[in-house]
Amino acid sequence: MALITCRDASFSYEGRVAVSGLNFEVRSGDYLCLVGENGSGKSTLIKGLLCLKTPSAGSVFFGDGLRANEVGYLPQQTAAQKDFPASAYEVVLSGRLSRRGIRPFYAKADKLAATKNIERLGIENLKNRCYRELSGGQQQRVLLARALCATKKLLLLDEPVAGLDPLVTQELYREIEKINRETGITVIMVSHDISGAVRYAGHILHLNGTQVFFGTTAEYTASEIGAGFMEGKRRGITQ
Amino acid sequence: MMETLTEMFAYTFLVRAVIVGLLVSLCASLLGVSLVLKRYSMIGDGLSNVGFGTLAIATAMNAAPLTVSIPVVVLAAFLLLRISENSKIKGDAAIALISSSALAIGVVVISLTTGMNTDVCGYLFGSILAMSKGDVVLSVVLAIVVLTLFVLCYNKIFAVTFDENFARATGTRTGLYNMLIAFLTAITIVLGMRMMGALLISSLIIFPALTSMRVCKKFKTVTVCAAFVSVICFFIGVVVSYLYATPTGASVVLVNLAVFLLFWAVRSGGTIMKGKKIL
Repeated sequence: MALITCRDASFSYEGRVAVSGLNFEVRSGDYLCLVGENGSGKSTLIKGLLCLKTPSAGSVFFGDGLRANEVGYLPQQTAAQKDFPASAYEVVLSGRLSRRGIRPFYAKADKLAATKNIERLGIENLKNRCYRELSGGQQQRVLLARALCATKKLLLLDEPVAGLDPLVTQELYREIEKINRETGITVIMVSHDISGAVRYAGHILHLNGTQVFFGTTAEYTASEIGAGFMEGKRRGITQ
Repeated sequence: MMETLTEMFAYTFLVRAVIVGLLVSLCASLLGVSLVLKRYSMIGDGLSNVGFGTLAIATAMNAAPLTVSIPVVVLAAFLLLRISENSKIKGDAAIALISSSALAIGVVVISLTTGMNTDVCGYLFGSILAMSKGDVVLSVVLAIVVLTLFVLCYNKIFAVTFDENFARATGTRTGLYNMLIAFLTAITIVLGMRMMGALLISSLIIFPALTSMRVCKKFKTVTVCAAFVSVICFFIGVVVSYLYATPTGASVVLVNLAVFLLFWAVRSGGTIMKGKKIL
């Protein structure tokens, strides 16, 4: 059974359909990239997969006994967060909260997991720094470490490389790929960076208000829509 | 100094006011850290104006002020929370709308019944004489509840404050904690309002959090520091108001302002020094 199955699903905001006609499957261990223009419904779909929104039509099934406290999420940052007075360690540790249930305090295992994920992303030097004093790339890493603390099966990333310089972007992609390969955690990522998406992801879901394409990356690059989108992006960049 | 204090505490009404004030300051500062960081600072202001309206109506009906105010203000708190969450009407505009309407209702009710007199001034700017024995009991209960909540749910409050979507997506019941914080804020405001004044009470929520955010870099230290700053400022404010016969609420706010400026200067000074070292 697939980890996530969407059947004719639609999501809407205040009665206005944001994205519809979703038919796809994500299997455990997959690396799926959501691509599409601004306002094509990518972030809405992520919210739907996180159960923050219920589908307005059709259905989304979660298989393999997937539960909310087994999901890690890297959201787009809000303005309020950027100047939040908290240490990086506090932020990372908060990812373990969902495992605690109603137990009020973190156990040793939680603190160990937080430290381990901080080491995995190579941000030990930031551990006691204040979150608001970190650079954009450093903040993204801290949030990724938090998402890793929260996840057991599924990692949802909403534009993890937005606003990062090319070097940091590549590093972050490599880390995400490594996590997917080494731990078998399913990765679903929204990205505006189509070249990064086809380079690392196993599957592509292209949205444009509806589902335009779903298949493997190889099929996508060979398809007309995929080639067209990549060409358009490239032309947009060279212009 | 000691003489002044013993002299002060010879008055029962002052002892009551100080107990209620200290406990309300403590609760307000703890709740304030979360509210300010979630950009809900205006909720405090909105609720105190709603409180003023209900107080006016309670007086007109000859009812006990707390029994009317608490349920209405709690309801208003839930409503304001809802408005802030749904971005259809801009939250800050809606809060300003509700709070000025409540203020207007209060003023009209008062002028129709008792007429504009010193009572109104007391409601708006606070009166140290307003605290009864029941208020003391209620504030002790409130303080116990708020402290227990902050100790037991500290990690959840942090998660909900820092990133509500993440917390909700990973299975924390964020709605519950938001409601709890709104509920306790409403009660804190109603309790503190008659002493601090409807127009001044929101400063107890906002100032300590902002002050401690100037210098503290961890959420834990921000929270603890805010609680200490708030309690100390209140105490100094009361003593100052006793010595110079100034209104209590306004004095407390001014002490809070002074401490805020002090912390701000310390941080700016610190950054400048640091900058020099690097250069």
